Amino acid sequence: MQLDAPPAELPPAAVPARPARSAPTERRTRAPTSARQDPAVVRWGLTLAAVAVLGVLVVVPVVHVFWEALADGPAVYWNNLVRDPATRHALALTLTVVPIAVGLNLVFGVAVAWAVARFRFPGRSLLVTLIDLPFSVSPVVAGLVFVLLFGPRQGIFGPWLYAHGIKVLFATPGIILVTCFVTLPFVARELIPVLEADGPEEELAALTLGASGWQMFWRVTLPNIKWGVLYGVLLCTARAAGEFGAVHVVSGRITGKTDTLPLRVEKLLQEYRTPAAFAVASVLTSLALVTLGAKAWLERAEASSLLTPDPSAPRGERSKERKDEAA
Amino acid sequence: MRWKSPLVLTAIGVLALGSWLFAVRPWATPGVELLNVSYDPTRELWQDLNELFIAKHKRETGQDLTINQSHGGSGAQARAVIDGLEADVVTLALGSDTDALRRHGLLADDWQKRLPNHSLPYYSTIVFVVRKGNPEKVRDWADLARPGIGVITPNPKTSGNGKLSFLAAWGSVLRRGGSQNDARAFVTKLYRNVPKLDTGARGSTITFARQKLGDVHLTWENEAHLEVAEAKGELEIVYPPVSIRAEPFVAVVDGNVDRKGTREVAEAYLRFVYTDEAQEVLARHHYRPISETVFKKYAERFPKLDLFSIDVIARDWNDAQDRFFAEGGVFDQIQKKRWTARLAEGVDPCGR
Repeated sequence: MQLDAPPAELPPAAVPARPARSAPTERRTRAPTSARQDPAVVRWGLTLAAVAVLGVLVVVPVVHVFWEALADGPAVYWNNLVRDPATRHALALTLTVVPIAVGLNLVFGVAVAWAVARFRFPGRSLLVTLIDLPFSVSPVVAGLVFVLLFGPRQGIFGPWLYAHGIKVLFATPGIILVTCFVTLPFVARELIPVLEADGPEEELAALTLGASGWQMFWRVTLPNIKWGVLYGVLLCTARAAGEFGAVHVVSGRITGKTDTLPLRVEKLLQEYRTPAAFAVASVLTSLALVTLGAKAWLERAEASSLLTPDPSAPRGERSKERKDEAA
Repeated sequence: MRWKSPLVLTAIGVLALGSWLFAVRPWATPGVELLNVSYDPTRELWQDLNELFIAKHKRETGQDLTINQSHGGSGAQARAVIDGLEADVVTLALGSDTDALRRHGLLADDWQKRLPNHSLPYYSTIVFVVRKGNPEKVRDWADLARPGIGVITPNPKTSGNGKLSFLAAWGSVLRRGGSQNDARAFVTKLYRNVPKLDTGARGSTITFARQKLGDVHLTWENEAHLEVAEAKGELEIVYPPVSIRAEPFVAVVDGNVDRKGTREVAEAYLRFVYTDEAQEVLARHHYRPISETVFKKYAERFPKLDLFSIDVIARDWNDAQDRFFAEGGVFDQIQKKRWTARLAEGVDPCGR
């Protein structure tokens, strides 16, 4: 199987040329080509199928979102996003809910991952299972559970909060709570393997050298897991901003008060304001694209940071790469 | 690369604080806020009415008023208010949904007597929307049970529109002298023609008008006009000879307004809906106003049809709810029969 298949943009006429040219030299030096390379039909069939699936499921919808959003021109697009107070509020609400939920999950995720990776205690495997629970529970069910917990006439916390005039359900706190719930596993799940792979040796060394607990955490643990933390935060942010089901249940659908961006998209669509709905959708799509870009950047930054401890090695590596490209 | 955690954390903190201030706006002038929890297709109507009432309220009292709206399937909305959505007024599609609030202690027992005309500021009905030129020649209720006709209507379990469509179909048989058994046979056949049950009226409209599923859409008169106007000539309305008189009652939610101190404004708000000014807005949105002068003025918008009231079918709206839509009620029995029938025919009931 040849992994570096030619890019799909090449015209079909160029297909047979490449294997034909490279095959004879390879045959002489290594195993027979037929053993390492599938027939052209299979390779191209698979490549085209993959491109088609990606195109239909990912590229076309994403492009379509922007196409519909900009259908009436950029001025209308901008007005749809900025002039409508309800849309503006939805943006503000999403910008409120997401940092708080991500911040809470960051603290929780780091703490729980450290506890699980470094210590053995009764109930540890139960804790690991419970962290994953939000992955397996439908968001709508999660929302309903919070309705039952915080409803003023039934539930466990609801009546007390109601009597003290604290609004949780159908208000921002409820939206933050369910968002926290559905994004709970992201940071912890990202960090547990990283911490387990690193092992406790460096932390123990820091402690024997007289570091306090916080010093050890800030100077040893956190620098070692920073890529995992950033990656978890990134995934958590994307999911929190896009959450629909659970938020829909606890929001009460009050326009201009409890609509987040995904809820606003649905509402605009139902109010026959298609371009505005797609304009808001394009903001969410852009967020997803930024997340992807940030993820790619993180992966590159992480890879290069792994090379830095030996100052001579990366430079040598890079110049060699450049030479290869030139050749 | 050095770890810049204080910087990142500060940035996150500033962003969170900034956006929170932007969203909550503690500096905004305090005013009175009302929440109107309504059913699905009334969004545009209440937007217009709210604008008028806010201006009127400002003129009369000098007070700044904000009216928030929440829309969804009527039953689901009643459920949310029972679960703690702090509605000052409810303007739901069916009396049984409003009365559910009374049963949960949110409304006084005499809620229907506190506003004019039994708390009913307007009425409406269920009509048909068909594709351009009415290719399937759908003119009356009987046509909906013909094999091969696709009927779009929301789920009667969650939607007021869905319940009213069901009751209109049932009542159309009784009104013309049919028996309860005839009605059941007819409605069973009709629901066999329904490919998809959305949760709210707007969802069904989108299924019919945008996804172009089905041949006829059973919907509110006002929603039908909006839908046809949006479709730019691709759809048209058919008025059946008989249909149901839909009664979307309005009520001030006692359990919430006394706590929030908004009773006075909330009552003024609902009384405003009975004024000629508001009744004209209702008529312009194709809701049938109860004011006779306004109705006469807009008479050409409201074709005459035989509107039967709920007592043709049941004692009252609550009775209809219990008999037809409660767990194990007539609708459940029909749906169950539909599934067994489809399985017997060898058709996958999920339509795969």
